[in-house]
Amino acid sequence: MPSNDERWLDAEAGPVVRPYALTQGRTRPAGESFDLVATVMATHVAIADPSALAPEHVSVLRLARAPTTVADIASDVDLPLGVVRIILADLRELGLVAIRTPVVMAERIDKHTLREVLNGLRGL
Amino acid sequence: MDYGVSDPAGGNPSPGQYRAIKILLAGGFGVGKTTLVGAVSEIRPLRTEEPLTEGSLRTDSTVGVEGKTTTTVAMDFGRISLRSDLVLYLFGTPGQQRFWFMWDELAIGALGAVVLADTRRLADSFPAIDYFERRQIPFIVALNCFDGARKYDREDVRLALDLEPGLPIVLCDARSKESAKQVLIALVEHVLVTASEEPLSGIA
Repeated sequence: MPSNDERWLDAEAGPVVRPYALTQGRTRPAGESFDLVATVMATHVAIADPSALAPEHVSVLRLARAPTTVADIASDVDLPLGVVRIILADLRELGLVAIRTPVVMAERIDKHTLREVLNGLRGL
Repeated sequence: MDYGVSDPAGGNPSPGQYRAIKILLAGGFGVGKTTLVGAVSEIRPLRTEEPLTEGSLRTDSTVGVEGKTTTTVAMDFGRISLRSDLVLYLFGTPGQQRFWFMWDELAIGALGAVVLADTRRLADSFPAIDYFERRQIPFIVALNCFDGARKYDREDVRLALDLEPGLPIVLCDARSKESAKQVLIALVEHVLVTASEEPLSGIA
């Protein structure tokens, strides 16, 4: 049997369980799945009881005031992607954010967009 | 930070207009993925805390950490704003097979991929090349020319990696912004050419 000490990885990896404590142990987001670069935007619906939201939910909601992506939010709040996805799905269930998979994700990226990307890169 | 508002081009695009384009960067450990992403974009920390799947349990030793149910993977994550409503997202993750659970998600809808290779350890790029070939994700190979590394002929590399004749192999210096930019340009040009039936004058 491992001792309690051995249940922790090295300092770099950090504790292995803690991040999902923020999600009450859930590891799967509710509802329809969404991409890493899906666009997230707050709906600006008034929150009946702001104190009901956890601080992390509030932080994520704040970052979504202007259009951003799931990956951007995860990086900004410095939480693992899996945790941020669950928080976002919670906020979506509450009607506080809209999550949209970018148009280009649905199909192959069209040539017009590819040329725009090419020109943009050349201009960097 | 409010990106839509702080973008230099101004405006506040609606979610429908905001176009986020994914480009993947694969390669063995220490090949220069982080360096390349940092050279061409605003690099930021991004980590996943993935539940361990049966697949990863087979390859990751969990002896001594039987209570471990998640695994931490740090990704190289870079963002290049081409316009206020058109943003490139670079994702670099380790190329080893045990990280493929992440690639499966990253690859959906991606523009394409760059396999960054080191000529001293070409075999490290085999898993990534296999992965993209099997899933028909367009990719190019970029050879990071480390100081002191023997310069290989690109056709020798093509042979060694068993790459198709039309697949671009570019030489790069992952530390240089201009060089990293040229790698991305080569990828987009390759995707345009493969997406096109008729030859594209002035692009290929």
